[in-house]
Amino acid sequence: MSLEDLNKLINSELTTKIVASDIKNQEILVNVKIENLYSTLLFLKTNENCKFKQLIDILGADYPNSENRFKMYYLLLSHEKNLRVKIMIQFNIEERIPSITKLYPSANWMEREVFDMYGIKFKNHPDMRRILTDYGFNGHPLRKDFPLTGFKEVRYSEKDKKVIYEPVKLEQDYRNFDFESPWEGTNYIKEANKNINNND
Amino acid sequence: MTKQKKTLNLNFGPQHPAAHGVLRLILELDGELVEKADPHIGLLHRGTEKLIEHKTYTQALPYFDRLDYVAPMNQEHAFALATEKLLNIEVPIRAQYLRVIFCEIGRILSHLLNVTTQALDVGALTPSLWGFEERETLMTFYERASGSRLHANYFRTGGVHQDVPKKLLEDIGGFCEKFPKIIDDLENLLTDNRIFKQRNVEIGVVSKNEAISHSFSGVMLRGSGIAWDLRKSQPYECYQDLDFKIPVGKNGDCYDRYLCRMEEMRESVKIIKQCLKKIPSGPIKNIDNKISPPKKEELKQSMEALIHHFKLFTEGYRVPKGEVYSSVEAPKGEFGVYLISDGSNRPYRCKIRAPGFSHLQAMDHIIKGHMLADVPAVLGSMDIVFGEVDR
Repeated sequence: MSLEDLNKLINSELTTKIVASDIKNQEILVNVKIENLYSTLLFLKTNENCKFKQLIDILGADYPNSENRFKMYYLLLSHEKNLRVKIMIQFNIEERIPSITKLYPSANWMEREVFDMYGIKFKNHPDMRRILTDYGFNGHPLRKDFPLTGFKEVRYSEKDKKVIYEPVKLEQDYRNFDFESPWEGTNYIKEANKNINNND
Repeated sequence: MTKQKKTLNLNFGPQHPAAHGVLRLILELDGELVEKADPHIGLLHRGTEKLIEHKTYTQALPYFDRLDYVAPMNQEHAFALATEKLLNIEVPIRAQYLRVIFCEIGRILSHLLNVTTQALDVGALTPSLWGFEERETLMTFYERASGSRLHANYFRTGGVHQDVPKKLLEDIGGFCEKFPKIIDDLENLLTDNRIFKQRNVEIGVVSKNEAISHSFSGVMLRGSGIAWDLRKSQPYECYQDLDFKIPVGKNGDCYDRYLCRMEEMRESVKIIKQCLKKIPSGPIKNIDNKISPPKKEELKQSMEALIHHFKLFTEGYRVPKGEVYSSVEAPKGEFGVYLISDGSNRPYRCKIRAPGFSHLQAMDHIIKGHMLADVPAVLGSMDIVFGEVDR
């Protein structure tokens, strides 16, 4: 089965559930609504022609300026059919995402990581705790509004004889250089490049 | 009268030599039987993904060396492949072969470390001494190609940083001649060793279905009898032109995984030998000057080269908008990079898929009902490196 066939299958079997699906860079990305996430994954896992039995990863992405702030991706792999598929949902900050740990046990830590990094909340997760950040950490570091340098720093205090937390003090402000040049190059060069690429 | 059952909580790590890094494992013990294991990870979390979002594509690459630091170049490979996919550029043949040679060296590096330290965990000291000597030789190959033993930063988008000295390829060939003998010696010490077998056979058994549903990859999957290797099933670079076998286990226990690793090292040697025979001469990185920096000698002569150099090392190159997932068969399993680009010179989001993360997650499932002494054996056979688990 090729990617195109899979795309067709998904479009015909899940017509009502998906928002969009397309193939880009030889990868198929399916956009679904949250309420259909579980049933879509269930279909992909159990359908004879798909058998996406392995969950490769779950990841979040933050788009603070968009109406629905977060995106979440589920990457699936089918060993039998040698295919991969990406499922994407988009939602805003209040939304609670159904946990898929029942379907894929390995989703447990992956969802914990998404929660830890983005503060996305899950429904029916068996063991929701932070996973990668420090004990007692505040905030969600991969959100775009979380500064790279963080808020707290740790050091061993000779006075108190223990490790203490303090607000971050930088000797020099974090310098975020913007090297990007607005200059795009003149049109005739771009046209020439286009022609070269087309000839290949 | 019923006897009241009391379980003992044991804190294993974070500073335990058999934890292979900074793992804190909270074990619930009933006598010597493990009832529950709760791994606490993140003690080595450095925020790699956040840092990468603030760096240009060239600057982001060295962070990948620091993930699985026993096989650095395999990680770089995944990132380089992802950016190449987005940029839609070709890698010259010579560069492909160089990459494969160094990835296979990385595989041997990683397996050597894993097999010998696992043996150390269950009581055998000599293999680690022998294995580390060979690792040292391999790391000098890294050094001669890239300038550093560990954090190579050798791969680039569109190729590799620079060509290798001629003598280096000869020396790697020489190593390939004598290394199988070392593997034989190690096998002599371990494979039929009574103590080693007692500690590993039938320990940490993972069935086929469990391996799939717990997102296992690499040796953890193959040890359970699933013939799945990305180098064969979804080939990248020049792997389809090379002849090698995928060793597969039968019982899915620690011992089978050990056997798989030993066999994989032999296959890696075979791959390297073939590469050395087939490697053509030619360019070692993409010739597009908007992506690959110019040669040093050109800088003195050509204004254009100077401009390119300046632009590439300040602004970097821009990567077209898009999202890709690309993965490689790293020594530990499927190492993947999910890259989201917004068309600027920095990745908008770069998610790193580390194989060890899923493997460690299954620790609780695998270790339940085993003895306390089996914890290091199972942990060792999972091949956990905290650089990649914690990221």
